[in-house]
Amino acid sequence: MTAPTEPRVVIVGAGPAGIRAAETLAAAGLCPTVIDEGARAGGQIYRRPPDGFTRPPATLYGSQAGKAVALHAAFDGLVAAGRIVQLPRHSVVALADGTLHAVGDGGSRRIGYDRLILATGATDRLAPLPGWQAPGVYSLGAMQIALKAQGVAMGRRIVLAGSGPLLTLLATQLLKAGAQIAAVLDTAGMRGQIAAFPDLAVRPSFALQGLAMRARLGRLYHAGIGLEGIEATETGVTAVRWTDAGGRSRRTACDAVGLGWHLKAETQLADLAGCRFDYDETWAQWLPRADLMGRAGEGVYLAGDGLRLLGADGAEVAGRLAAAACLSDLGLPGPDVAADLKRLGRLERFARGIARAFPWPADQVRALPDDTVLCRCEGITAGAVRETASYGGAEANRVKSLGRAGMGRCQGRYCQLAAADLIAATGGLAHAGEVGRLRAQAPVRPAPIRALLEEE
Amino acid sequence: MSGTAGGRLVRLAETGREPVRFLLDGVEQTALVGDTVLTAILTNAPALRQAEFGPERRAGFCLMGACQDCWIWQEQGPRLRACSTPLADGMRLLTRTREDWP
Repeated sequence: MTAPTEPRVVIVGAGPAGIRAAETLAAAGLCPTVIDEGARAGGQIYRRPPDGFTRPPATLYGSQAGKAVALHAAFDGLVAAGRIVQLPRHSVVALADGTLHAVGDGGSRRIGYDRLILATGATDRLAPLPGWQAPGVYSLGAMQIALKAQGVAMGRRIVLAGSGPLLTLLATQLLKAGAQIAAVLDTAGMRGQIAAFPDLAVRPSFALQGLAMRARLGRLYHAGIGLEGIEATETGVTAVRWTDAGGRSRRTACDAVGLGWHLKAETQLADLAGCRFDYDETWAQWLPRADLMGRAGEGVYLAGDGLRLLGADGAEVAGRLAAAACLSDLGLPGPDVAADLKRLGRLERFARGIARAFPWPADQVRALPDDTVLCRCEGITAGAVRETASYGGAEANRVKSLGRAGMGRCQGRYCQLAAADLIAATGGLAHAGEVGRLRAQAPVRPAPIRALLEEE
Repeated sequence: MSGTAGGRLVRLAETGREPVRFLLDGVEQTALVGDTVLTAILTNAPALRQAEFGPERRAGFCLMGACQDCWIWQEQGPRLRACSTPLADGMRLLTRTREDWP
């Protein structure tokens, strides 16, 4: 355990960024505490099934199995050796003035820290569709987690729609596992995908893997489509209505829909920690401001997809860099970071290419019919957001206060980007960044009153 | 391999695990050791709960604890997030709000 005189470093998140940060700190002789919502380290990308599951890593993680196994082994080894402290199945719901609140099954505890590394990852980035509140509609990430961690498909006949690397990857993983895919509908057109190829080619093996997966999908894959809506009965989804690249109306019967447009950084804790944010045009979202090493404030460091959406390999690099910055700021010797900084540049070029090839569907969002449910938490419609913005002003926090868009229990994670587009369009603003950023509020996850009353 | 009739999910792998019994709306159902509550319910039923703000049923959405769509009731009171809670033997789960709740 850490002696009282040693700096207390807390890492939030045990995905690739958090694991590499913990490892780097432990190598320098510190004993960080790693808090994570999962039962076992790995994050969402390298999530491990519960005990008793038997599929080997090659089945779970495909070509990335070696990286997954290495990360799991590194983390578990450090925990077993007592060189890091693991607090699994806990959510950090609030932080201020060097103390954070972590809530788990056993209640809530306050944990003090001198330095904080936030490696909180990302969620799917969602655009609403008419009917997306129906049972049987899931995020693409949800369908991948279900397959990886539970061995299940979310339906008997699945349509995947949206855009981004996960769309193609998940389709091939589900097919390989024996699921039935009815269609893979990509709102990105082929022209934009080809235009981004010079950037994607800086990681040739990844680019080629993507093309090979796409080829395996064959006639299931449709580029440049428009999504019209999801049909459903009381028991769930029955079809997706869409238009193909030639403008023809199509309807594909299904009992499950996976939706997603790449990723949205999970930034609530960075916001509570006082980080500044900038609107990033390429990723079409607000991202925290940090230096190349991940320094984002006094004693606060960011790493992984919660800072920049570079994917799992980028997260490993960023985790090492954030820990190195932390060590340097503590006056402790750390690793040489030259090679990682060089890697970071290449990974960022690739990631920006991905973001341009598979863009956020702003036009689709702005054209949503008024009766479309925008906020899944509270059933607030696109029309209600437009009306609130027109009388209350084209500012995201005002629309939240007056019309509750972003005030539901997901706290705007799944509606705020779409709401920003609707607010911008209503206010005659060119892009969503001009409507401002929703401020994060503690608790950033729902926490039972009991957990807060019975604090240790 | 498929789920029970009426279930939404289809089991594609890992079907050799031991069975676990639980009550869903008072009716005994079976799932497998290592299932989440969400998996256990949705292999037996099409939805988890009734939406509070709309006419539709809900069946979860993100499966990573972020969207909060899958909070369900237990007979004894406390609610739980189905996607992140492991199923335990004898759980008494509800897809409807407890009727005695104010």
